Amino acid sequence: MPRGAVFGFLGPNGSGKTTTIRMLLGLIAPSDGSWQLLGSDMPGSAMRTLPRVGALIEGPAFYPWLSGRDNLARLDAAGPDGQRSTRAARIAAALQRVGLEAAAGRKYRAYSLGMRQRLGLAAALLRRRELLVLDEPTNGMDPQGTREIRNLVRELASDGTTVFLSSHLLSEVEQVCTHAAVMALGRLLAQGTLAELRAAGEARLHVGVDDPVRAAEILAGLGLADVVVRGGEVTARLDGTVGPERCNRELVLAGVGVASLVAERPSLEDLFVALTGEGFDVAR
Amino acid sequence: MLLAELRMLYRRTMVRVLLIVLFLIPVLLAVAVRFSGGPGAGQGPTFLDQVSHNGVFAALAGLTVCITFFLPLTVAVVAGDTIAGESSLGTLRYLLTRPAGRVRLLGVKAATVVAYTLSAALAVAIGGLAAGAALFPIGPVVGLSGTPLSLGDGIARSLLAAVIVGASLLGLAAVGMFVSTLINSPVGAMVITAGIEVAGLVIQGVPQLGFAHPWLFNHHWLAFGDVLRTPIYWSNIGRDLLLQVGYVAVFGAAAWARFTTRDVLA
Repeated sequence: MPRGAVFGFLGPNGSGKTTTIRMLLGLIAPSDGSWQLLGSDMPGSAMRTLPRVGALIEGPAFYPWLSGRDNLARLDAAGPDGQRSTRAARIAAALQRVGLEAAAGRKYRAYSLGMRQRLGLAAALLRRRELLVLDEPTNGMDPQGTREIRNLVRELASDGTTVFLSSHLLSEVEQVCTHAAVMALGRLLAQGTLAELRAAGEARLHVGVDDPVRAAEILAGLGLADVVVRGGEVTARLDGTVGPERCNRELVLAGVGVASLVAERPSLEDLFVALTGEGFDVAR
Repeated sequence: MLLAELRMLYRRTMVRVLLIVLFLIPVLLAVAVRFSGGPGAGQGPTFLDQVSHNGVFAALAGLTVCITFFLPLTVAVVAGDTIAGESSLGTLRYLLTRPAGRVRLLGVKAATVVAYTLSAALAVAIGGLAAGAALFPIGPVVGLSGTPLSLGDGIARSLLAAVIVGASLLGLAAVGMFVSTLINSPVGAMVITAGIEVAGLVIQGVPQLGFAHPWLFNHHWLAFGDVLRTPIYWSNIGRDLLLQVGYVAVFGAAAWARFTTRDVLA
């Protein structure tokens, strides 16, 4: 994944997203193969590489008997690059960034799910990072929180931080990501920029007309395939040779009244379902 | 990181309660002796019959009472919690991606366990000395060899006894830390470690299993009494410490081998 990208990592439950993240960060060893993180071979370079990576893995985890602030201080003290002289200021800044200053002194035990999630994010933001790995960052958050996280991710990305965002919320990925990958059954099915991924699916033309039968004949005559009439709407596959402008002109010239005309790219959701299947069952 | 970890240890309610209870056991013992007249000479646990003559003995009596069961039990609790506790909270994955370093984390945890065993044994000794001084006359200590020791010397040797007791619990602590690297449930690790301790007591109590006795982590647990001899009789204490070093080496290595290679899924 390119530096500076916001990379959406998609896949149904049980597809191997979290396992990939765990392996990436050296928590588990792969049964075969090797991997690199920020250009260095892992896990050998872990002590040098991981301080530059902020992570939120499978939800937050902190000591219930410590306050939010003390939890962050303990984590900061546990590894390299956590200068003691700047610790209090960095903690305050991180807490402020996730909107948790008011609850900083309260015990973690008393935090709500959304507050815990925010504290987890604050931990990932304690130091300047080159890469942020966020596993379901908006889990359990209220709509305002979700929105703030989206803005935060955009802000971090514009500062040059690469963000790896694992999620099953497609709208979230669609709104903030520049790149995406789809996994299922432990395999990577597709990856690329969001535009590339969308282009992979077929676009369809939707026209609302007063004379659907005549419109269908005209569209078929233009060479469009898969023409379907449904009520007052006619849809057809756009293969790129005949553009929507041309279709519109032909319809109007033939005397068909056009109420609406939309060339629809497949949504990420369509693509996701096309790649991973319709089933509701958890894989394996 | 060690400082932060030690601060965490002593801030935990569980650890504070354990230390307070350990402090109170010899106090309770001294109060009981004070108001019941105490056992006759040669009766009851070692040193208990001497407490009414000289309060300093309350520390040693307390250590004798605690070393057989309660003190090792608390060590099982603290050692069993080290890795399994972090694992069950999920904080282990954040410590490891911080990255704390697996070997370093294990080392820091081991250091906190050492700090705990020493504080626990010292809590008993200090509780005993305080209660003994408050309830009984204190003065020069007549050692086991019959030579009198000055009061200061007696107190110093009681504290030395506590340090030896703390050190002789390290073998069990190493076993507990190894168990803690094996499973994700801190309570499970505590129970297994406590079970191993009880098994050690049972085997020690069966004469037919005498061949195994010298190799048990608890075989020399009462050797600390030798500090009252003049000069201090180091032979059994030395054997005890050597045995503990052996346990720490074997189970420490096992814990290291396990923890540095295991998959952290919790």
